[in-house]
Amino acid sequence: MNAWPFFLELLQVLALAAVAPLFAGWVKMLKCWSQGRSSPGLLQPLRDLRKLFAKDVLLAENASWIFRFTPYLVFSTALLAAGIIPMLSVDLPLALTADVIVFVALFAIARFFTALAGLDIGTAFGGMGASREMTIASLAEPAMLMAIFTISLGSASTSLAQIVSSIQGGQLLLRPSFAFAILAFVLIALAETGRIPVDNPATHLELTMIHEAMILEYSGRHLALIEWAGMMKLSLFCYLGIAAFFPWGIAASRDLRALGLAFAAMVLKLAALGVGVVLVETGLAKMRIFRLTEFLGAAFLMATLGMLSFFILE
Amino acid sequence: MSVEPLQTACGAVILLLALPVMALALQRSQRLLVASSFTLSAVASLLAVVAGAVCVARGSVSTATLVLGLPELPFTLRFDPLAGFFMVVVGLLSLFVSVYSLGYVRGLLGHRPVTRLVFFYNLFLAGMLMVVLANDALFFLVAWEVMAVASYFLVVFEDERVENRRAGFLYLVVAHVGAVAILLSFGILAGLGTGFASFGGYSFDAMRQISLSPGWATAAFLLAFFGFAAKAGVIPLHVWLPEAHPVAPSNVSALMSGVMLKTAIYGIVRVTFDLLRDLPWWWGAIILVFGLASAVLGVLYALMQHDLKRLLAYHSVENIGIILIGVGLAAIFRAFNLPLLAALALTAGLYHTLNHALFKGLLFMGAGAVLHATGERDMEEMGGLIHRMPWTAALFLVGCVSISALPPFNGFVSEWLTYQAFLLSPSLPVPLMKLLIPMGAALLALTGALAAACFVKAFGITFLGHWRGHRKPQVREAGWTMRAGMLLAAASCLALGVLPSLVIDWMDSVAQQLVGARIGAPASALGWLWLTPVAPERASYSGGIVFLGLLTMIPAVYLLLHIRPGAIHRVPIWDCGFEKLTPRMQYTATAFAMPIRRIFGFLFAVRERVRPTAYAGAAPYPRRLGYSLRVRDRVWGWCYQPVADVSFLLARQVGRLQQGRIQSYLIYSFVTIIVLLVFLR
Repeated sequence: MNAWPFFLELLQVLALAAVAPLFAGWVKMLKCWSQGRSSPGLLQPLRDLRKLFAKDVLLAENASWIFRFTPYLVFSTALLAAGIIPMLSVDLPLALTADVIVFVALFAIARFFTALAGLDIGTAFGGMGASREMTIASLAEPAMLMAIFTISLGSASTSLAQIVSSIQGGQLLLRPSFAFAILAFVLIALAETGRIPVDNPATHLELTMIHEAMILEYSGRHLALIEWAGMMKLSLFCYLGIAAFFPWGIAASRDLRALGLAFAAMVLKLAALGVGVVLVETGLAKMRIFRLTEFLGAAFLMATLGMLSFFILE
Repeated sequence: MSVEPLQTACGAVILLLALPVMALALQRSQRLLVASSFTLSAVASLLAVVAGAVCVARGSVSTATLVLGLPELPFTLRFDPLAGFFMVVVGLLSLFVSVYSLGYVRGLLGHRPVTRLVFFYNLFLAGMLMVVLANDALFFLVAWEVMAVASYFLVVFEDERVENRRAGFLYLVVAHVGAVAILLSFGILAGLGTGFASFGGYSFDAMRQISLSPGWATAAFLLAFFGFAAKAGVIPLHVWLPEAHPVAPSNVSALMSGVMLKTAIYGIVRVTFDLLRDLPWWWGAIILVFGLASAVLGVLYALMQHDLKRLLAYHSVENIGIILIGVGLAAIFRAFNLPLLAALALTAGLYHTLNHALFKGLLFMGAGAVLHATGERDMEEMGGLIHRMPWTAALFLVGCVSISALPPFNGFVSEWLTYQAFLLSPSLPVPLMKLLIPMGAALLALTGALAAACFVKAFGITFLGHWRGHRKPQVREAGWTMRAGMLLAAASCLALGVLPSLVIDWMDSVAQQLVGARIGAPASALGWLWLTPVAPERASYSGGIVFLGLLTMIPAVYLLLHIRPGAIHRVPIWDCGFEKLTPRMQYTATAFAMPIRRIFGFLFAVRERVRPTAYAGAAPYPRRLGYSLRVRDRVWGWCYQPVADVSFLLARQVGRLQQGRIQSYLIYSFVTIIVLLVFLR
């Protein structure tokens, strides 16, 4: 059996795990600049992670095995998702393991356990975060799948590798269904990765926390794993958007030069997306939680319009 | 040794019918009764599983005629793949629940005699198995009634409580309204098909031969759908379900939710796909719409519950909805002559039938273990049970993850197949349906995500955090037989999630029988580890690899981080300097569901009151707050209350005839005779 594809798979997972903190640092750096502050530099998230990994763990007295198991599960699902998505090449052994629905479900299982961990210690904050996170997720998920279905209708497949190859192989068209799907996808990706205007990753202000409230009791290597998985999730969602809408550059083969190009394209695209994220984050304010219904409703509407326009126009 | 499926199945039924007699004989020694009869029920269920599995694997059809029944209309049996599949569903969960009952029912022994429970439990199992075996309308309805009445007596097992008797009565009424509709449907099929010539028309074989006019066929379908939907708890016919399932003993709730509802699914599939055969597409659309409504509303109502068993009962409504989505899509695809897609949708629905039986059985068994240990059904009073009942907690968690449709467990496989069926709807020739059917997929996604929220609540509030209640019961872990029953169910949930292509290969003969296509060959195109409905480039999923990936990565990451020793210090929780945190300050089930209640509040009849009480002197703040919340589903007020009111009104009007004087009654009789003489000469 040829080991090269499996090595490539490993390479892609490691590349994502390494790039994710840098991407988070890049977003943070741009945000500081845009707000007129001096930035801590590109490597700050890596330094934070190293510091957290070196620290001892403080565990609440009431914490059960769920609380200790969750960081490992969350991190592993992120790694698995990194193996599935066509990032460097479409021709990977794990690509057949899961399609885009499974990809979304992998994050759902991580969220399920994070919410349980929030409830495990028995503080009001944990419960509040869990309740809000699950509410937002249940509104975001239909819109997410609707957007994905719109794309998969175009390529008659839910397999990510197939979607990428069919877009790369097709003509460069401006499809109305894609335009709507992109809009919907951006709104949902902001909600799913917990960015402004849905959640503020930088806040520990008591009443507005969502994701942070769930993981408030974590420390040491547990917190490091969760934080790292969160950064990977941000990069993965960006990359899901890239794979579904702008897949040019992803290698169709396992040829080394194409892979190098694919890696360069990946870094460039992520850098450009980082600018977009920062523009949204500095331009908007965080919304009240009950306004989110309208926000996610709008995303769902966009996705639905995308699907309708696929059937009517294409 | 070769197994004759029909004989084995009959052996199981006869054993189950003999057990009630044994229960009566052994009622003096209750302990022996529990041990022997549930062991034998487990054996009988195992026989049923073997019979069903062999029948489906061979795709064989065997028939038999009994010497019972009416003249000209003997009871006949038919064991085909569809019956075999449902026999496996019923038998598998009955097996696990019977093992569980060994411990569970023994726990009831000090409190009350259990002879009645054992008697009707076995009769109930026998009834369900006979329903799937029956091949004529008479035997079917006899078996159906045995099942309904036995389960009624199980629901009112603890009959000293008013709510149990009320729930039992409501259940009996709805079950019989449904049974009448089924009877009428069979009447149309038998009577109009054979022109009322003989009783022979009542056998299913005769019904398969006839062709009805479209109008009568539709009437037969609608009546059958109504009747079976009442049993399955499809919204708006679900009201009995959240009343009856929670009050039954937990092993019975597991069976009622897990498999009794499935006999109604069996009925719908049998009548639509097998007896009526030529279905127009809009029958499928009706099934699909009711399925979607049940799925979404069922899960939303479930979210509002804080009684653990009621919450699970509402989830049965949701899951019946998901099953009906698959069945409805299959009917639509079949009407447009797309057999492969119909086979995919039907397999999705039937796979979810099997999955739901297992995880809902598991969850009810877990809820039973909690109820047994704490004496509490209200989640608001629970918490922290994971420390006292680690096994039950872990197994209940498996059920929660499965029902929330998360990989790598089984619930995800069937929902994934349903999504694939939805995504194939663009091959339908009607433009409107191309547009509307994918919306159903969005509703299914909403259902799945809300179910996950609901089970975070169910598990998190019950098992995690601190104990919330005022009472402090001595909680002990469930006994080993109860754990064994749950463990078997949990292991099946995982196996069905990890190796779906083997199961789908096995159950292919059902789709072959009903829609004339199989998906087994494409489904295992890449090998047994991958599930690829239709074609590998369309979509593929490997539960096994996802499971293996997580199974290797989690320990790998754990070991990597533990190369360098790092201490874990147990410390008190961070209280923001408040220092007076009490367990009553934790999030409760009501608090957890508050955002969703606010967003979807228009679907419920919510009455929320906050009353400040006890002002102390001139202080601006009240010393205490009274809070009351009542959430009811609107269906009761809209559909049932008027019917109940009208019935009472009519009863009062008719009651006026009763004067209590013999003279008036003689006049009534006299007038009746005159009228009869005039009209009927």
